[in-house]
Amino acid sequence: MDKFTELSGVAVPMPLINIDTDMIIPKVFLKTIKRSGLGVNLFHEMRYDDDGHEITDFVLNKPQYRNSQIIVAGDNFGCGSSREHAPWAIKDFGIRCVISTSFADIFYNNCFKNGILPIVLPKEQVDLLMKDAEKGANARIQIDLLGQTVTSSDGVVMNFQVDDFKKHCLLNGLDDISLSLEKCDAITRYETKVADSHPWV
Amino acid sequence: MTAPKTLYDKIWDAHVAHESKDGTCLLYIDRHLVHEVTSPQAFEGLRMAGRKVRAPEKTIAVPDHNVPTTLDRANGIKNEESRIQVEALDKNAKDFGVHYYPVSDVRQGIVHIVGPEQGWTLPGMTVVCGDSHTATHGAFGSLAHGIGTSEVEHVLATQTLIQKKSKNMKVEVTGKLLPGVTAKDITLCVIGKTGTAGGTGYVIEYCGEAIRDLSMEGRMTVCNMAIEGGARAGLIAPDEVTYQYCNGRPHAPKGAEWDAAVTYWNTLFTDEDAYFDEVITIKGEDIAPVVTWGTSPEDVLPITASVPSPNDFDGGKVDAVKRSLNYMGLQTGTPLSDIMIDTVFIGSCTNGRIEDLRAAAAILKGQKIKNGMRAMVVPGSGLVRAQAEEEGLADIFKEAGFEWRLAGCSMCLAMNPDQLAAGERCAATSNRNFEGRQGRGGRTHLMSPGMAAAAAITGKLTDVREMM
Repeated sequence: MDKFTELSGVAVPMPLINIDTDMIIPKVFLKTIKRSGLGVNLFHEMRYDDDGHEITDFVLNKPQYRNSQIIVAGDNFGCGSSREHAPWAIKDFGIRCVISTSFADIFYNNCFKNGILPIVLPKEQVDLLMKDAEKGANARIQIDLLGQTVTSSDGVVMNFQVDDFKKHCLLNGLDDISLSLEKCDAITRYETKVADSHPWV
Repeated sequence: MTAPKTLYDKIWDAHVAHESKDGTCLLYIDRHLVHEVTSPQAFEGLRMAGRKVRAPEKTIAVPDHNVPTTLDRANGIKNEESRIQVEALDKNAKDFGVHYYPVSDVRQGIVHIVGPEQGWTLPGMTVVCGDSHTATHGAFGSLAHGIGTSEVEHVLATQTLIQKKSKNMKVEVTGKLLPGVTAKDITLCVIGKTGTAGGTGYVIEYCGEAIRDLSMEGRMTVCNMAIEGGARAGLIAPDEVTYQYCNGRPHAPKGAEWDAAVTYWNTLFTDEDAYFDEVITIKGEDIAPVVTWGTSPEDVLPITASVPSPNDFDGGKVDAVKRSLNYMGLQTGTPLSDIMIDTVFIGSCTNGRIEDLRAAAAILKGQKIKNGMRAMVVPGSGLVRAQAEEEGLADIFKEAGFEWRLAGCSMCLAMNPDQLAAGERCAATSNRNFEGRQGRGGRTHLMSPGMAAAAAITGKLTDVREMM
């Protein structure tokens, strides 16, 4: 997994609430058996018309946001299905961080598995960053995972919370399957115990 | 004496295989359900790392999302990408030695219908699947939730998940339901009340007389949509209704093992005075048959209401409602029962079981669907389909003008050829009304099977109570 330590980049403003995984990556693109190449289809139905041409009004099609690395989003970003194709598409587009007041649980967890940092902040701080994002390429937002801070283009520093284990994995780009397999003995002990007490499982 | 525990606390505690100092746990997974869309990259990851499936005997795979539901599907899947994905699951199931129900097997169907039907899902278990509607299995008093593909790979390799505990929420539905009101109305009503983010960070336990009175199938409908309220999982404590459903199923325990299991399952309830971080109470008699009008499952109103105004809402919801009404082609103030529809979809892991088909057939018996209506019934599994045929339900659907399909996810998410065209409006028994969910530009109204059947007859959203 790619490490995430620090980031300074342009943020794209997406104030709509409840942006769901069907919007992020429509099902027609879930038929792939790979993880790569989904960025071109990120937000497909909002981004392209029926003929496949870009919709100029859509924020990611505007010149100043084409190379965004951050999304500042409305409440409850990533709700809906468990499809990891959503963070795969986001990452493939070049986005490494999403900031919102809240995230759907599965999407939130999926981000950490893919080197993307989802940040939860209170509404007033998200509103402030949304205004920053609306300034386009002139406003760069800075993220520091080690120090757990977001800094607006005007230098306002905001602290955010992140689970210690998830932070550790993201900072070091760790594969958590390898980490869990180190606890193989504990898993085996558990299986032996349950095979005896609950043999029907 | 130990502190009183919730049902969630008890199942959690029974599955912690390892706990780190910071509280991060390896939670042991008893049943891992797998389908073709979210698993290929996970199996590929195992191959690349030279890993095996740790517990193939606890891993159950079935293709459902991509499979055609037309009667000619034995001839193969025409869409190449879909075919490749299903073939990949065929191969992965064989290579890694997991239980498998291929498309050709009569037991094939939607993974969340097949699991319980085959007795894989039992009380007190942990159940995961790379699918958000895994919440369905919580109806058995099992801790069940959706996971992403990386976590699918983690479970395949380790039979555990890295987890931290969620908070406890109680949703109590008191009293009796009125005639025409179903489990679907309960679950939509709860989401209407909590919002789609209201359950975020929680595991919900549904309880109260109206929940106790539900059949297992109704309970599955309720828990299925816990995820639409943002919850990690929904739970209902097991009882005699649960045991009756499980007893005799192919993979349920038998004989002395069954007795031992029931003794254990009888301990799976929330202790008196156990702590809930959040409690919501709804009176059963206050719930009416509902439909959704917008593009979020929280956009719920009784069928007797009218399309709301964006000004009825606050904050970011104002713009979201403007966008929804525009997408849905609806005007504020239009009575919901005046909204014309052209498509009806009965099926999905929410409402594709035999009781759902019975409820729809009871409304459709001796009736015809409106002229020009496209209506389909997609049973949740091959066995549901066979039973419906034996009970004469299939004939009722066909005589009414419905297409009688083979099992799969079908138009719930429209990954197979069953899709809405732009501007088409569907009365659906599925679980999501998101923009483009059933096809780009398609418009979805969620409701119960009886309500969908009534809409098929009249050609508009209809109060099922008028047809009972």
